[in-house]
Amino acid sequence: MTTTLYTTDHEWLAIDGDVATVGITDYAQSQLGDVVFIELPKLGRTLKKAEPAAVVESVKAASDVYAPVSGEVLETNPELASEPALVNSDAQGKAWFFKIKMADKSELGGLMDEAAYKAHTA
Amino acid sequence: MLARDDKDSLKRTPLYDLHVSLGGKMVPFAGYDMPVQYPAGVLKEHLHTRNAAGLFDVSHMGQIALRPRSGKVEDAARALERLVPQDILAIAPGRQRYAQFTNAEGGILDDLMVANFGDHLFLVVNAACKAEDEAHLRANLSDACVIDSLADRALIALQGPKAESALAKLCAEAPAMKFMDSGPHKVAGLDCFVSRSGYTGEDGFEISVPAGGAERLARALLDNPDVMPIGLGARDSLRLEGGLCLYGHDIDTATTPVEAALEWSVQKSRRTGGARAGGFPGAEKILAHFDHGASRRRVGLRTEGRAPVREGALLFADATSSEPIGKVTSGGFGPSLNAPVAMGYVPTSLSALDTKLFAEVRGQRLAVQIAAMPFVKNTYKR
Repeated sequence: MTTTLYTTDHEWLAIDGDVATVGITDYAQSQLGDVVFIELPKLGRTLKKAEPAAVVESVKAASDVYAPVSGEVLETNPELASEPALVNSDAQGKAWFFKIKMADKSELGGLMDEAAYKAHTA
Repeated sequence: MLARDDKDSLKRTPLYDLHVSLGGKMVPFAGYDMPVQYPAGVLKEHLHTRNAAGLFDVSHMGQIALRPRSGKVEDAARALERLVPQDILAIAPGRQRYAQFTNAEGGILDDLMVANFGDHLFLVVNAACKAEDEAHLRANLSDACVIDSLADRALIALQGPKAESALAKLCAEAPAMKFMDSGPHKVAGLDCFVSRSGYTGEDGFEISVPAGGAERLARALLDNPDVMPIGLGARDSLRLEGGLCLYGHDIDTATTPVEAALEWSVQKSRRTGGARAGGFPGAEKILAHFDHGASRRRVGLRTEGRAPVREGALLFADATSSEPIGKVTSGGFGPSLNAPVAMGYVPTSLSALDTKLFAEVRGQRLAVQIAAMPFVKNTYKR
């Protein structure tokens, strides 16, 4: 059973045990516009919550994606290298960015559920 | 985000309501509230301009008439030559030329288009510089010219391979115009100034139209299914692929026309040994750059990977050296090339085509190579 949580920086996290799958929200992709390149964190990298973890480049600008929780990068999405536009077509599905083994699940406490996130972006 | 009162202080072009009704995403640009993109998005807008036709609102730019007090356009041309290194006297009636206002140090105050309308000159200058440009003209040319700011006119660019057929429906004379032809024409019955030029590398037109008729003209052009509205985002990616300079980024008060690789825009008559050599601000330095070379030069850059190299990225001669040798002044993703493109300044000794350099992006050195500009072939109707 997975639970999806959201950050104020427009990331989503699908929580499955102590592993979180992280991506950016559909709202975020709509604001960024056409995505042309994504830089993902290196496998095995230990991320601290709130540090830059990935970069999303649109035609016009580069935007940081911050680590929503602390932990170790277990896996990154290989499809994003060849098809960055997946973020525009399926931000909250096929276009996940990375999977992280959470170091401290209490960090999830401050995140929003879907209803709260919808209210946040309304 | 801008505070509410800042947003309210922004000026609007005569096409503001049209942008909003078309779903334009409005952003502050040079003091104006301008569409950065429409719902189609930058990528589709860019490609549509290259494949069909794009309509751009560039009404924020400055339009100025230089009217000679003597009634003779040569006198206005001669006067303007005091401020620019171009041969203005040689611009035939009905033609226009690219020019730069230079400063005493040989730097560029602004770049502009100058057209000869037979009895006066018509100038188009950058939005962010227009107040200073006008003051500069008044301070230096008032003896010879009346400087007439045409603030009651909008400016619409129509660019791309279908621009000619789209404009032909509203202006029968348009197809006969050649690249850099410029003059008064009726368009949809409105008293317009039409030039065959633009800022995308594509064939196309810029149409100066009385403000009151601007929306009607824009809507008439947009009624054509070939024509799509294009925001500033795609305007920037199009001009970057076209190798065209953006003032304040690729050229500024600290770059000379020679450093900026704009030698082609300075005619022989104004260079050393020419009939009217010098006589413009910064002539000593600019002519020295022509005669002896400049130490740095604007070049095009291509990358090996897909990561865009953007403005401000430092350039290095190799993967490890700590001293930067140059800097990127414009960079992004080129949708038509489906690859990153950039331009920047490097030492002239390292400016040869295919020279391999490194750009620092987020702490990593990315391999880049000096490439010919324009990155996408021009399609001007010469």
